[in-house]
Amino acid sequence: MKNSKVVISSCEKDFILSCVRSGKRMDRRHTYDYRKLQISFGVDRGHCEVQLGKTRVLAQVSSEVVCPPPNRPSEGQLFFNLELSPMASPAYETGRLSEHTVELNRLLERVYKQSQCIDVESLCIVTGEKVWSIRVDVTVLDDGGNIIDCASIATITALSHFRRPDVSVSGEDVTIYSIEERDPVPLSVHHIPIYVTFAFYDNGALLLVDPTDREESVMDGQMMIAMNVDREICAVQMNGGLSLEADQVLRCSQISAVKVADITELIHKALRVDAEARWEHEIKTYCGG
Amino acid sequence: MADHSYDFHFVNEVVLPGDIVAEKVKTKQIVVKKIKLKLGPGLRMDKDNIIAYKCGVLREKDSTMFWIDNDQKRYIPVKNDKVVGIVTNRGGESYQVDIGSSMASALPFLAFEGATKKNKPQLKIGDLVYGRLSVANKDMEAELVCTDTNGKANGMGPLKDGFLFTHSLGLTRKLLNPDGAVLKVLGKVFSFESTVGLNGRTWVNSNSSDHTILIVNAIEQSEYMTLSQIKQNVHRLAEGMRE
Repeated sequence: MKNSKVVISSCEKDFILSCVRSGKRMDRRHTYDYRKLQISFGVDRGHCEVQLGKTRVLAQVSSEVVCPPPNRPSEGQLFFNLELSPMASPAYETGRLSEHTVELNRLLERVYKQSQCIDVESLCIVTGEKVWSIRVDVTVLDDGGNIIDCASIATITALSHFRRPDVSVSGEDVTIYSIEERDPVPLSVHHIPIYVTFAFYDNGALLLVDPTDREESVMDGQMMIAMNVDREICAVQMNGGLSLEADQVLRCSQISAVKVADITELIHKALRVDAEARWEHEIKTYCGG
Repeated sequence: MADHSYDFHFVNEVVLPGDIVAEKVKTKQIVVKKIKLKLGPGLRMDKDNIIAYKCGVLREKDSTMFWIDNDQKRYIPVKNDKVVGIVTNRGGESYQVDIGSSMASALPFLAFEGATKKNKPQLKIGDLVYGRLSVANKDMEAELVCTDTNGKANGMGPLKDGFLFTHSLGLTRKLLNPDGAVLKVLGKVFSFESTVGLNGRTWVNSNSSDHTILIVNAIEQSEYMTLSQIKQNVHRLAEGMRE
């Protein structure tokens, strides 16, 4: 949980808690409602900005060819690096790795590496010598609460949007083609796991989906469930030392299944719209030139 | 341009840090020494030139006062600003109060109207106070008092109940502007109390939490709205609540 320098007054705490208890939220959402999600892409491939309510996260994917470690000679590498910029909230400082940052990084790494959603074997060029290393830089631009959901959407969308340069191997020679020579190839994304966060109040008696920063500041604990569209749970994390009833956890997983289905559809739609726009642009430049 | 005024470039236009806003001011001052030039936030003298060190819109008043209207989120303490603070600690002679700046400020126990050694207001950690900055120097801890220069409370002091929210400093200026619309429009529809601190914190209290939520939303949304939009928005929100 956020180890915040930003102080919160007792009147804010009392007010938000009384709202939660009477089933009201400051932004007039219902308990299970997600905030408005917007996904946009940059000019470059693999550049994705996601806005979830006030929270804004930017993800940028890059690739390079590296020598693999001897214990995994035929697997490509994945790196995730999340940064909380001081622009997002006065609570964040540059250069210091806070506990909160480490936690968010670990959460991303766990779900996208261990659920094997990216096929790392297809990133191998020459076994034991050359593999692709894919790096995702995630920057939090504005903290309006629920960073991990927003960051996970940005990360996986950026990965699906990214294209790496095409390569060919003949004998010992490896040729990397530029974008002009050959169309770059997408990464093979097997499935799309997304985090859904729940905040708990009154020792787990009350819960909220997609908490805002205000709601986060007074919560007793939270649970993040990463799931894909096939309802496979890829990671679960609980914070705050709460003990929950079994059916409470089950209910959360059912809610997250619904949310994940909606979000995945949104991601696919955004990718499709972007692909069409690029295609049109390409035709125009081709015909114009 | 009349000979008794300073000619600045970019008035009512956007300026960026480093922009030279006026040149050779000192030499001109000899000619027009009757009128004193006043520089507000975001402007500073650099030799003979006046340069901007913030980005925003350059504003002027009577061609003698100049400042930059910028919309930052972080508050920098200025003497005599009235701010809303949160008590974070209690010391031997003063409370430590967070006013949203880089450093905490001190609020002496006796800096309230009529406070004596025996009879002084008791504040708890997390309580809100509305006070005036009596000391605000660079590199020094700011000092807060809850009295005006005559020793009267004049509305300052602890704030009870209600809800506090933070916003940009630009919105603060809009709310405190005598022509500011949103509080007036809201006041016609609801009964509520509010306190706007210059540090980008506003406290609102009303009869019910529904009203408070609505007022907070209306204020937050009003930042980039015109007068007619604000009116429309407030009425829409009020209608929505009645249903």
